[in-house]
Amino acid sequence: MQMDQPITASSGKVRTKSAHPFRKLMKYHALWILALPGILLLLVNNYLPMFGIFLAFKSLNFSKGIWGSEWVGFDNFKFLFMTNDIWRIIANTVLYNLVFIVINTALSVLLALLLNEVKNKLFSKFIQSSMLLPHFISMVVVAYLVFGFLNPDLGFINKSILEPSGHEAVSWYMSPTYWPYILIIVNSWKSVGFGSIIYLATIIGIDKEYYEAAMIDGAGKWKQMTKITVPFLIPIMIILTLLSIGRIFNADFGLFYQVTMNSGMLKDVTEVIDTYVYNALLVSGDTDLASSAGLLQSVIGFILVVSVNLLVKRISSDKALF
Amino acid sequence: MKTSNRTNPFIILFFILFSAASLLPFWLILMVSLTGQNALVKFGYSFWPKEFDLAAYRFLWHDAEPILRAYGVSIFVTVIGTVVSLFVTSALAYTLSRNDFPFRGALSFYVLFTMLFGGGLLPWYLVYTKFLHLNDSLLALIIPGLLGGFNVFIMRTYFTTSIPPSLVDSAQIDGASEYRTYFSIVLPLSLPVLATIGLFVIVAYWNDWFTSLVFISNDKLYNLQYFLYNTLMNAQYLQAIASKAHIDSASDRILPMEQLQMAMAMIAVLPVAMVFPFLQKYFVKGLTVGAVKG
Repeated sequence: MQMDQPITASSGKVRTKSAHPFRKLMKYHALWILALPGILLLLVNNYLPMFGIFLAFKSLNFSKGIWGSEWVGFDNFKFLFMTNDIWRIIANTVLYNLVFIVINTALSVLLALLLNEVKNKLFSKFIQSSMLLPHFISMVVVAYLVFGFLNPDLGFINKSILEPSGHEAVSWYMSPTYWPYILIIVNSWKSVGFGSIIYLATIIGIDKEYYEAAMIDGAGKWKQMTKITVPFLIPIMIILTLLSIGRIFNADFGLFYQVTMNSGMLKDVTEVIDTYVYNALLVSGDTDLASSAGLLQSVIGFILVVSVNLLVKRISSDKALF
Repeated sequence: MKTSNRTNPFIILFFILFSAASLLPFWLILMVSLTGQNALVKFGYSFWPKEFDLAAYRFLWHDAEPILRAYGVSIFVTVIGTVVSLFVTSALAYTLSRNDFPFRGALSFYVLFTMLFGGGLLPWYLVYTKFLHLNDSLLALIIPGLLGGFNVFIMRTYFTTSIPPSLVDSAQIDGASEYRTYFSIVLPLSLPVLATIGLFVIVAYWNDWFTSLVFISNDKLYNLQYFLYNTLMNAQYLQAIASKAHIDSASDRILPMEQLQMAMAMIAVLPVAMVFPFLQKYFVKGLTVGAVKG
């Protein structure tokens, strides 16, 4: 088929004059066919659910079917906000994410700066491997690791630390006070290594001439770090922070669901929007709350991502998403 | 240029402690899985057991059927999912990378928009269960992970920056069809980006438990992660499996539940922990791939 018009068929520079829309479509039919499976997957996995957001304005009743269910306007949202849970859940989601952003950014940058000072290649590679490993295991396995420490009957902390030193054992999975700290520690343990690798890649990319010039001028290690390395890292720190703020309404479902073992006693301090929607949908079966809370999250998330992206674009246009 | 080749000893000490903090939880789980029943009851979990015992691993070795099946589901889903994902992602990315494709902008936006807005869990769940009727099928574990907008853009950036357009042009002047160009020129030249994305996809499939949590209730279709989730959350589940098995029936010992639990966690971590240090450079490369623009 392409033998008929060998030059115009492909080249980006030489364009066909024939503007007949059907011929234009046919000319690229092979590219359409290549793109088609991807287009269909996005349709099923992303676009159909998007159209499903109208469900938030219906009272879903499976016996009547999706189309037969009644329209209720904003009633679902009214109920959602009447429960009072929603404010606590939103606060949990946003506050945890803020703390994660601050702690993870600070620790990742610190680690990257220190890692850059490790001269032995083999040692450096070992450190990188061991701090990346937590990133590559599933939250289910993380839940096992945490359980190893916190198992109330046999766990390391109760049996090997608290009891021998004469303290009372703690029923960890029933004591909400400790969980903000536990979740922050687990989250850092899992993500700091990965974050520091990104910053390390930036540090390695800095032109060595800056440091040579600084040394000639008599700048010591500390001066070089604060006056050259850190200023180079600040733009990427700002961008990554902004991108995380764009996702501040989305919690890490696995962290809050698996690591807490979905314990009801801990809900006050561990329930976030994602676990709330999941429990409403698949545990208590309250689809109206699930759909309205889900839509709230989607819309606010969309506004945040788009505005953050505009900000990122002003700082560095090639780091922006669009 | 004079730089000292010695690392500050405090930094070395710091990183020894830091690596230990990263690895010790795994060590604890390994040791629990090797602790004998009596020592476990008496001293709890510890970093060095008073009594070593391989009973848990013996059980897994002899009565491994449910675990082997879960492993099989995980391997099957990961292999099929990754292969299909790489084809679908790269084919879409190839179309998007062609300057002369007239609907490039619109199609880019079609992909980009999925990264900005989502319908949420409920509509997504209904599409898979009430519309496609895929609950309790392996397809429900494969399809959701096949295509991500971010991966499409990473590949498209690679195609536009690393494959000279003149190469594509000259192949087509020589009469190669689009399919041939994609299969025998673009894909072979893109092995680095295929490896990088492929590794991300493998890890995502291997670690996935969420789709099982939502869609799977038939325990024959549990993947490894979901199997582990069930044995942790629900002690009776493990007990039921163990009672069906016939470990050491002659000596009729109590089955070591706690060790068994932790031994299963170990055999789930093992493949990742053994493979990934060797593939680490691809991951790092994947993190630093160039700008992603729609």
